[in-house]
Amino acid sequence: MEGGRRPDGQGRNPGTDAPVPDIRTPVIEPGHTFATVTDKISAIVLTKRTPTGWWAGFGFSFTLVMLLFYAIGYLVLAGTGIWGVNIPVGWGFAIINFVWWVGIAHAGTLISAILLLMRQDWRTSINRFAEAMTLFAVSCAGIYPLIHVGRPWLAYWLIPYPNTMQIWPQFRSPLVWDVFAVSTYATVSLMFWFVGLIPDLATLRDRAKSRTGQIIYGILAMGWRGSARHWHRYEQAYLLLAGLATPLVVSVHTVVSFDFAISIIPGWHATIFPPYFVAGAIYSGFAMVMTLAIPLRKFYGLEDFITMRHIDNMAKVMLATSLIVAYGYMMEAFMAVYSGSKYEEYMIRNRMTGAYAPMYWALIFCNVVTPLALWSSRVRRNIPLLWVISIIANIGMWLERFVIVVTSLHRDFLPSSWGMYAPTSWDWAIYVGTIGLFLALLFLFIRFLPMISIFEMRTILPQAEVREGTD
Amino acid sequence: MTQNASLITHHSSLDLSAIQERLSNTSGKDYWRSLEELAETEGFDEMLHREFPRFAAEWNDSVGRRRFLRLMGASLALAGLSACTRQPMEPIAPYVRQPEELLPGKPLYFATAMPLGGVATGVLAESHQGRPTKIEGNPDHPASFGATDAFAQASVLTLYDPDRSQTLTHLGEISAYPAFLGSFRTVVRTQRSLQGAGLRILTETVTSPTLASELRATLSELPLAKWHQYDPVNRDNVRAGALLAFGESVHTVYRFERAGVIVSLDSDFLSCGPGSVRYAREFASRRRLQEGRSEMNRLYVVEGTPSNTGSVADHRLQLRASEIEPFARALARELGVAAGGESKADDRWTKWIKAVASDLQRHRGSGIVIAGEFQPPAVHALAHAMNHALDNADATVLHTEPLEANSVDQTESLRELARDMDAGNVDVLLILGGNPVYNAPADLNFGERLRKVGLRVHLGLYDDETSALCHWHIPEAHYLESWSDARAFDGTASIVQPLIAPLYRGKTAHEILAALMDQPERSGYHIVRDYWKSHFMGGQLSGAGGGVAENREESSMSADFESFWRKALHDGFIPNTALAPKPVTLRSDFASQMPSQAPSSRPPAPGPSGELEIVFRPDPTVYDGRFANNGWLQELPKPLTRLTWDNAAIVSPATAASLNLSYEIGARGGEHGGVLTDQVELEYQGRTVRAPVWILPGHPDDCVTVHLGYGRVRAGRVGSRAGFNAYALRTSDAPWFGSGLKIRKTWERVLLAGVQTHHDMEGRDILRSGTLDEYRKHPELAPQGSGNELSLYPGYEYRGYAWGMTIDLNACIGCGACVVACQAENNIPIVGKTEVGRAREMHWLRVDRYYKGPLNNPETFFQPVPCMHCENAPCEVVCPVAATAHSAEGLNDMVYNRCVGTRYCSNNCPYKVRRFNFLLYSDWETPSLKLMRNPNVTVRSRGVMEKCTYCVQRINKAKIEAEKEDRQVADGEIVTACQAVCPVQAIVFGNVNDPNSRVAKLKSEPRNYGLLADLNTRPRTTYLAAVRNPNPDLA
Repeated sequence: MEGGRRPDGQGRNPGTDAPVPDIRTPVIEPGHTFATVTDKISAIVLTKRTPTGWWAGFGFSFTLVMLLFYAIGYLVLAGTGIWGVNIPVGWGFAIINFVWWVGIAHAGTLISAILLLMRQDWRTSINRFAEAMTLFAVSCAGIYPLIHVGRPWLAYWLIPYPNTMQIWPQFRSPLVWDVFAVSTYATVSLMFWFVGLIPDLATLRDRAKSRTGQIIYGILAMGWRGSARHWHRYEQAYLLLAGLATPLVVSVHTVVSFDFAISIIPGWHATIFPPYFVAGAIYSGFAMVMTLAIPLRKFYGLEDFITMRHIDNMAKVMLATSLIVAYGYMMEAFMAVYSGSKYEEYMIRNRMTGAYAPMYWALIFCNVVTPLALWSSRVRRNIPLLWVISIIANIGMWLERFVIVVTSLHRDFLPSSWGMYAPTSWDWAIYVGTIGLFLALLFLFIRFLPMISIFEMRTILPQAEVREGTD
Repeated sequence: MTQNASLITHHSSLDLSAIQERLSNTSGKDYWRSLEELAETEGFDEMLHREFPRFAAEWNDSVGRRRFLRLMGASLALAGLSACTRQPMEPIAPYVRQPEELLPGKPLYFATAMPLGGVATGVLAESHQGRPTKIEGNPDHPASFGATDAFAQASVLTLYDPDRSQTLTHLGEISAYPAFLGSFRTVVRTQRSLQGAGLRILTETVTSPTLASELRATLSELPLAKWHQYDPVNRDNVRAGALLAFGESVHTVYRFERAGVIVSLDSDFLSCGPGSVRYAREFASRRRLQEGRSEMNRLYVVEGTPSNTGSVADHRLQLRASEIEPFARALARELGVAAGGESKADDRWTKWIKAVASDLQRHRGSGIVIAGEFQPPAVHALAHAMNHALDNADATVLHTEPLEANSVDQTESLRELARDMDAGNVDVLLILGGNPVYNAPADLNFGERLRKVGLRVHLGLYDDETSALCHWHIPEAHYLESWSDARAFDGTASIVQPLIAPLYRGKTAHEILAALMDQPERSGYHIVRDYWKSHFMGGQLSGAGGGVAENREESSMSADFESFWRKALHDGFIPNTALAPKPVTLRSDFASQMPSQAPSSRPPAPGPSGELEIVFRPDPTVYDGRFANNGWLQELPKPLTRLTWDNAAIVSPATAASLNLSYEIGARGGEHGGVLTDQVELEYQGRTVRAPVWILPGHPDDCVTVHLGYGRVRAGRVGSRAGFNAYALRTSDAPWFGSGLKIRKTWERVLLAGVQTHHDMEGRDILRSGTLDEYRKHPELAPQGSGNELSLYPGYEYRGYAWGMTIDLNACIGCGACVVACQAENNIPIVGKTEVGRAREMHWLRVDRYYKGPLNNPETFFQPVPCMHCENAPCEVVCPVAATAHSAEGLNDMVYNRCVGTRYCSNNCPYKVRRFNFLLYSDWETPSLKLMRNPNVTVRSRGVMEKCTYCVQRINKAKIEAEKEDRQVADGEIVTACQAVCPVQAIVFGNVNDPNSRVAKLKSEPRNYGLLADLNTRPRTTYLAAVRNPNPDLA
């Protein structure tokens, strides 16, 4: 009997595993008890007044959601032609943003699953909203493949289902793999997130004052009573899901990169794409977690839970992945020249000096040069600067997708069909709209669900060392 | 209702007496639906109880769970089907009497002829249930040989153009033809009493024997009336040149198939002017390097504005239009012709002249010197003199009587009319076709003077600029709606027969003239037929009235008129009516008669106030403006500038640099779409016009070319407000070029839609070319290391047919007829200037243009690019829904109704031949356009990818015919639309599996190569490399 606690006994004692950072910055500030942790986190949802800032933020992002609906409505009525896509450049903002969002969606599952399996307990205070972020980012990403097709009402033909047309999807197409990869990823992420929420939902149920709250949280808690058997099953399920989610972290962006790598277009057709895309995804995912965590901990006074240790670790992950990404850029250029293929050679020259060269160099600045600052521990402790760097990283990753999608397509094989691509206001409206959707969902999440895992936070308290009778 | 369904009795037929009985036995509100119900027949019972009466007997079993589910599934699916398609109301009216030979689904072909500039090209019009949908060349017609130009291809769109004038108007109000006849009769009566003194008739160029005889009859009855002819693109220079050289007006026909050396003095004989389709065929026939042949003709072109002919030349000397004449003099002198004028050596051409002259001397009797219609008469006279000196006359250059029924100096003719109008001598002006208010020379002030005419009547296809100033506007019948005739470039009389009754009650010039002669009831049919009947005298055509109608093979003419007439209609032309060659003698003193050479050999270098030369040219696609409202032609990229929907002030790169003119690639579409270019103000002889600049490599410096035909204000929804009006600068004394143009930059920029701004091949092996010497040494003409086709897997075995295509780049002249033919055949929509500017044009077949060599005078190459139908098609593997798939015959099929529109296939297509319906481009509303569509090709909706299908509808038609006869499809039985129309027969299609097919033989030629074959796409469309035949003396 583990006494209803998580079975891992590791990392709880600062100093045993990694003494230096733990002494310097603990994963939870001292002075907290089980009660204070629960109070502090659940109060945001249950007792505190909804801050005006929340209303402002939600109102703003909800407006953007309305813009998204409007833009999608017009898109369905008028056609893909309202976007800037054309014949050499058949894919534009929709695919760029799809890949960008899928990339962002990486951090959540990575933090939750892989770090859980690797027993990195510092993940505990950020995993909940990182997972939420994943889900919302996947939702935003999922919109794009649906609406970017010429006849969105037939997009379901990509799903294999028995039909009267007696035809399956064409399984050699990476777009079909995408359907599987992204939908699986979304499903598993949702389950992982929800399973992890159940004990906390029960806490909220028990603490909710209002009848509605009790009922809703009660239903969502699925009858959680905190019995030993519950905890046992919970732990098993959670571990299994973590195991299931782990390969998905790698597979989803690998498959997304196949969209490009399978094709024959110079600049797309590269074997380095899968690892390079995964690294980029982790990089952008962590950047996004950072972008969100920094203001959240500030506004909700969660500095005790999301400590400098977390920030520091995330910055290090960003640095590491940015180096992988930089290696990817290097190899892309090297292989283009080394291949001896004039198309590849031209592609990289065009990227660096052609019409979209400013985008390319901006991307190098954002993803290669800027993260180098993270070598300095002073920078890693400078919160405002980190926030700026995280935003730069997000922009950089968006630029990377722009450069990959557009500069490869706009000048491919036959110079007679070379062209240019520029987004229209509708492209922007949908992009901004999905950012709005993402933020709106996030605002709803922090208002109605505990943004930090209460029970997991309690396990990392020093008191958890002692077998206590709570159950 | 019948309740006793259990008592089914087996009635085999209706028993009326039983029904009577039953009816009398029922009481109350018993409704019955049919006699069958009353009789309780088995059939009706079955119908009531079963949805699918015949095949569903077993369904009477108790419904099991599985069957229930199956039925539910099926009915849901069917319900979905019926819900998605809203069937329009379509009343079906069967024929009371089936018209002869009319089988639904089976097109008929009728021979007719399309006149342009008065000269006819014989065509076959494809008719589906009485609707002409597609024009093909008439294989028997001397001007066509089965091919046509882009204008003929696009003419079906003009026929169905919803903007054509649809009603007769009087002072802008809708009126009726009888009303016109009524008021016209009064006027004519007055004129009759004056012997027609106030009557003027203005026509375009008339070669039609019937129309000419009507006009002559009118003039003989009203001797003081006058007939004027004016076409803005006329052949005045050709006529004057002949007068100068021979003292008489003759027409010249060239025989390019006999010519080994051709020197073109600014003549675009391959793509412009009468007979160009035939000339292109003949020219290409001497350039086919097949089956071991390694001899080619050699073409020298001396020209200003780059043309298609100049692009395929073996040597192109770039001179300004005004410099052609001194060049011609120098060449003539070198050939020993007394050319007059002062001798002036120019180092740009001394070497050239020597080489060309000796080449011509080597080919005495098999050379051609041809002068362009835009060059002054002196150049034509010099060309004639050179041909005489080289014994080319009567060998490759034939002279005949004039083609026109009444050969006049058209500019002078119009000038005279303008003078008469100004003097108030014109009471009635009958404008039969044409649009002089728009296209008359600017100095004649035609529009203003027209207002002085008492009664102005305009017959025209469109309610245009001229009809706006006329009292009466009469809708003209399109040539596909009318009876007429016209002469082809060699004089062959061609019958124009209607394919459809006039859509808008249009009239022809014949009928208006008949009304003038007080015979308003005579129809076009009777007029034309009666003309030929009166000239048909027992198996012989008399020449009276119709120019010369020489009959050389009397035996071939049938004896009675009816069979003669039927044969003429069937063939589309009257055999042996070509004008006979006529001996002419060169005037010995022609040189002294020539106007002395203008002193300006080179205008001063252009500065801010420098003067340049202006060159006027008919537009390659909208011609003189008459096709301005034809969307197909507007969207057809001009062969060299690759512009659509606009004309421009075309300058050379050096002139642009010196005038600080530039352009900027647009952000949307880029090199393949929008280009922002400087707007300039052109000032010429005190008139100004604003025009966008276009920089064209190969254009001579210090001059500006403007194309006519744009800047229409009343063209219709498509053509109005496109481009600028170059006629506003054109004067009657310098219709084709002149100096004294001032150009000013305006600091404004204009967006033009050009589909290919990138000229360079970037060192890629895209368009293979070489010289004849290189070809003789290395017939492959291939760069090193081009593709291998290694694969681990065995290829698919094509057991039956394997369709493939070759395109001979050595033949292609870049005329663009194939593009329009494809558009007409495959219901390809136009997208408009904005969408072209966004790189979204829909052409399934495009003609790429590449340059090689220096910017100021590059070599130009054309490359038509349809779908390659790759055996390893990159598009197929990436389609997530299998909407594009390979057929067992090697076609890369596109399944429109399966396509969801991911556009991945287009991204992955290295040839970028796929086209996407980004918006709803096809017109699903306009009723007249629905008539135009090819019923065998789907009209695509929005969100669907499309591309070249190798005209799969034609393939299947031929296969069905072959299967009915239990045989294989013969080689040449399937002709794709692009192949059929190609004047130079560059495109060959057929079964690659048949080693004896033409296409298989061509594919085994050493020149054959696959575009981007190193990608291992294994294209089915392959190219034959272009070979040029340069003169070693000029190397």
